[in-house]
Amino acid sequence: MVDSKQNKDVQLNDLYRDTVLDHFRSPRGTKPIDRVDIRREGNNPLCGDKLEMSIKMSDDTIEDIEVHCKGCAISVASTSMLAELVPGMKKDDALKLAEGFKQMMHGQPAPEGLDIGDLDSLEGVKDFPVRVKCALLAWMTIIDALRADARDDDQTGAMTSTEDKQD
Amino acid sequence: MATVSTKLRDPIVPDKREALDVQRIRDDFPVLKRTINDKPLVYLDSAATTQKPKQVIDAIADNYRHNYANVHRGVYTLSAEATDLYEGTRSAVATLIGAPSTKEIIFTRNTTESINLVAYSWGLSNLKSGDEILLTEMEHHSNLVPWYMIAKRTGAIVRHMPLRADYTLDLTAGLDMINPQTKIVSVSHTSNVLGVINPIAEIAERARKHGAIVVVDAAQGVPHSKVDVSQMDIDFLAFSAHKMLGPSGVGVLYGREELLEAMEPFMGGGDMISSVTLDGATWNELPWKFEAGTPNIADVIGFRAAIEYLEKLGMDNVRKHEIELTEYALERMKEVKDFTIFGPQDAESRAGVISFVQEGVHPHDLATILDREGIAIRAGHHCAQPLMEILGQTATARASFYVHNDRHDVDALMAGLSCAGRFFGR
Ligand SMILES: Cc1ncc(COP(=O)(O)O)c(C=O)c1O
Repeated sequence: MVDSKQNKDVQLNDLYRDTVLDHFRSPRGTKPIDRVDIRREGNNPLCGDKLEMSIKMSDDTIEDIEVHCKGCAISVASTSMLAELVPGMKKDDALKLAEGFKQMMHGQPAPEGLDIGDLDSLEGVKDFPVRVKCALLAWMTIIDALRADARDDDQTGAMTSTEDKQD
Repeated sequence: MATVSTKLRDPIVPDKREALDVQRIRDDFPVLKRTINDKPLVYLDSAATTQKPKQVIDAIADNYRHNYANVHRGVYTLSAEATDLYEGTRSAVATLIGAPSTKEIIFTRNTTESINLVAYSWGLSNLKSGDEILLTEMEHHSNLVPWYMIAKRTGAIVRHMPLRADYTLDLTAGLDMINPQTKIVSVSHTSNVLGVINPIAEIAERARKHGAIVVVDAAQGVPHSKVDVSQMDIDFLAFSAHKMLGPSGVGVLYGREELLEAMEPFMGGGDMISSVTLDGATWNELPWKFEAGTPNIADVIGFRAAIEYLEKLGMDNVRKHEIELTEYALERMKEVKDFTIFGPQDAESRAGVISFVQEGVHPHDLATILDREGIAIRAGHHCAQPLMEILGQTATARASFYVHNDRHDVDALMAGLSCAGRFFGR
């Protein structure tokens, strides 16, 4: 008899590491920023998690970010880690990081040489397949935000949904 | 972290007051013997779908083994047998809900399809611009979206009866919203989030005065209590077999014969016609006019075993059992700090579906933590986003009970909740 994947060896402590809980309890990046160049919303229609992301750019660099996430510990922590990591990053590097984290969540190792900061504490999420979307919400949102940079393209009302893409 | 005890369940000492012999019932459900993450399964998501007793599983397998053929089509014995069994379920459904005639029982895929059938077949030909469709603020998406779609096509307006602070329907305000423009009043019998049971008879009486038709979403009603259409002056009633021990893929629409008679078919194809020529077609009689194509034969046949199972227990006992268990759960939930229940506190007036949030633990995280203990609850918006908005939540956790649940399951849930509280409070 085939039982569905039972992550027997995986402990809850692997999912909710202290770093994750810390980001959940005091999320970073919630302070208002003084100029918004790109604004984008994200949602996870399966569980109702929602976030609002505002980015201040200077040329190709993310100068500052403000992000508010209403959701579970995993999505809030992942969003908070993003807010900690991306300021000061070039747009292309932020996209690389986002793609690298997506790979990680899909069970592949993070690309060599990528500085993933606190994101390594979310590694355990990959063993809880139904929670992977929670971890990816903020990252999918920033990918869409940066690809359709609002300085060229009005994103008012644009929404990233974890259900849009099957990657 | 502390874990919930995994020791085998001691039988609860039989008590004459218990409405159901849960110990015996549990033996009928093969899935309850399995473990999840090495813990015995505690299934608390019957509002989403119910587990199946072996009687239902066997009935489906028996049909495939012995009596399976297409229905209404063959002259041969096997087809006649399959047809008799298929139509036998229709009679059982009619008896269960007190429908005067089997012509009024239409098999669909689920509640959602049943409501869409009414929306399209009745709505499209009877609604015009400015007409009103009256729903409530507590509806499931399946009793919202079809009406939004029909409103868009016809110019009709959708309105919602409001809720009171205690989460029940504000009947005074709601009844006042019924007026001569109101053509359809469509309400849930029981809310899948709040557990609120709505006063259908009073709503129907007012709707009737103004000539509106009444549609009842009884997806959470028929499985849990005696629902008798002859006792309520309503026009349509929708429910799903999968929420009442039956197979998935079978829904029911009860409709009043005169209305069904006058309606255009929902879908066209085989079985629903009386004759087809190169110029057109005439429709089959009720109820087959609304059952286009080969139906879900074996599952409809299996559904009868579910109805028989429930009837043997007695719908009144099912209801009593759920009240007992809900009362116990509500009482125990009072022990939990920073805990909000969205729904009435009085078990007698509500159904055995309890939505809640625990401060500091997101429902999604709670569901993951409980899953580690083998406990299955639902976390999310429960397909009722407008209601979530009113509750001011993006998600809630929800535990729901059925005939195989007992106080052990509630105790396991409570242990899981305190475990989650400790985990996030650490
Ligand atoms: C109140 C209510 N209405 C409608 C539905 C839809 O049922 P189904 O998914 O079987 O169409 C459900 C169940 O999800 C429900 O709880």
